[in-house]
Amino acid sequence: MKLDLLTSLYVFMLAAFIGFEVIRRVSPLLHTPLMSLTNALDAIAVVGAIILAGEHKTNLAAILGTIAIVAATSNIVGGFLITDRMLRMFKSSGPKKP
Amino acid sequence: MMPTETFIEITYFIATVLFILSLKWLSSPTTARHGVIAGEVGMALAIGGTLLYRGIVDYKLVAIGLVLGCIIGVPLGKVAMTAVPQRTALSHAFGALCVTLVGTSEFYLRAPNISPFMMAVLSMEVILGSLTFTGSLMAAGKLQEVLPQRPITYKGQNFVNLAMLALAIAIAVILCLHPDQVKLFPAMIIIPLIFGVMLVIPIGGADMPTVISLLNSYAGLSAAAMGFVLNSKLLIIAGALDGSSGFILSVIMSKAMNRSFTNVLFGGFGQIQAAAAGVQEQRPVKSATAEEAAGILAAANKVVIVPGYGMAVAQAQHKVRELYDALTKRGVNVTFGIHPVAGRMPGHMNVLLAEADIPYDKLLDMDNINGDMAQTDVALVIGANDVTNPAARTDASSPIFGMPILDVDKARTVMVIKRSMAAGFAGIDNPLYYLDQTLMLFGDAKNFVGNIVRELSGASDAHH
Repeated sequence: MKLDLLTSLYVFMLAAFIGFEVIRRVSPLLHTPLMSLTNALDAIAVVGAIILAGEHKTNLAAILGTIAIVAATSNIVGGFLITDRMLRMFKSSGPKKP
Repeated sequence: MMPTETFIEITYFIATVLFILSLKWLSSPTTARHGVIAGEVGMALAIGGTLLYRGIVDYKLVAIGLVLGCIIGVPLGKVAMTAVPQRTALSHAFGALCVTLVGTSEFYLRAPNISPFMMAVLSMEVILGSLTFTGSLMAAGKLQEVLPQRPITYKGQNFVNLAMLALAIAIAVILCLHPDQVKLFPAMIIIPLIFGVMLVIPIGGADMPTVISLLNSYAGLSAAAMGFVLNSKLLIIAGALDGSSGFILSVIMSKAMNRSFTNVLFGGFGQIQAAAAGVQEQRPVKSATAEEAAGILAAANKVVIVPGYGMAVAQAQHKVRELYDALTKRGVNVTFGIHPVAGRMPGHMNVLLAEADIPYDKLLDMDNINGDMAQTDVALVIGANDVTNPAARTDASSPIFGMPILDVDKARTVMVIKRSMAAGFAGIDNPLYYLDQTLMLFGDAKNFVGNIVRELSGASDAHH
């Protein structure tokens, strides 16, 4: 168990560095879609909730797990939908303008 | 045939790669939509993989959860662009709720057989999760204006807040050492729940971009902590990406407001208010009509439009687009100067203007536009105030001294559309309005811009 947590720390540290480097490059233009997209990705927590509700070890865990699935799924669906809607709006004045 | 466990792990691994690519592609508007697709595919793979997990016996509950989540999520994905800040705050609350509930269940399933290290990350998960849950709900309420937007402050506020946080951490320490003290656990959720409310109470509308970014960061960190508890690398990575994204945005926002990061972390929001109660003398300002404004704009070569939250409130972005079209047609070079904290969340103005079909290459951030201000004929300020206040540059006694601003006062003519002479959020008088080259255009932003557009098109008809 101890070793797992240590490996997890390494993973966290590396991911945080990747996050910094990748996100630093995001144009301020797209900061709102960035927030809604990271929010949708963060809702991957749904996998934990699915296992919790699905295993049904206790009634408490099953109920809380189901509510957690609802919360995370709404973030996934809503987050991807609105990010895509926003990004579709960003158009360049590019070639069609003189 | 591959064992199911290995297969699930492979879906998680691919999802992780896709998540990182998703954020990488978001760096430019030309590739950004690939990013969304990568994220969606990664998510679908990970969820699909998880559903194959042999431990799942109750598919009914899982299905109910997924279906209900879709029913709630679809309308949340279709809100109006002006409601995006509160939608974002609400989604931070949902994310934090999920994490807190899973953490709570894990505790009751495992207690008292929890190692101190595991209990520490589990405590971090539920403390961050529950304070983010109520804090984000409060922020969403303020943004939706179902809660009072003005900051509520009282003496000793920081002390009360820090004491609550300290108490929650103390309980976490006790639980780490004595995980059999199960009855202490609810307190470790309830105290941060109250703390989250208290944290956002003193925050006014103009501080929202910083607060939303900070809550974003907390939501990510709590999800990463959940990854530690469940030993899920995928979740740790997604949480770390979200956490660092929120952190970077918080730093950008606090720099743009000239606040130190500790000031932000300890909720020093809305403190400017008290300092700004200076006596305001009545000084003369010059005002102009829509007709005069149209004449000046039509004669200009280069116009910079500076939008602020007032534009969003007046829903003026589509009229602004008509103005942009009318001026561009006449050969005027029109660009937009966007301050990082204009609006209620990072990037808020860009989304509204993009929705109104203004090309994104005309939307310039502060550093890119300030150099051009001296060559600008007209700077048109629509519903922005403090981000254009030259006192931030010149007056060391001003509460916003040092805050980076858009140097609209360097333009040959400044026009400010404003309802009245009332001060901005910080209650600070804006010397910009009394400059020789400044013209005040009093009225509702949407109507006034509409009137300018009408004058411009009327004049061009007369020419034909």
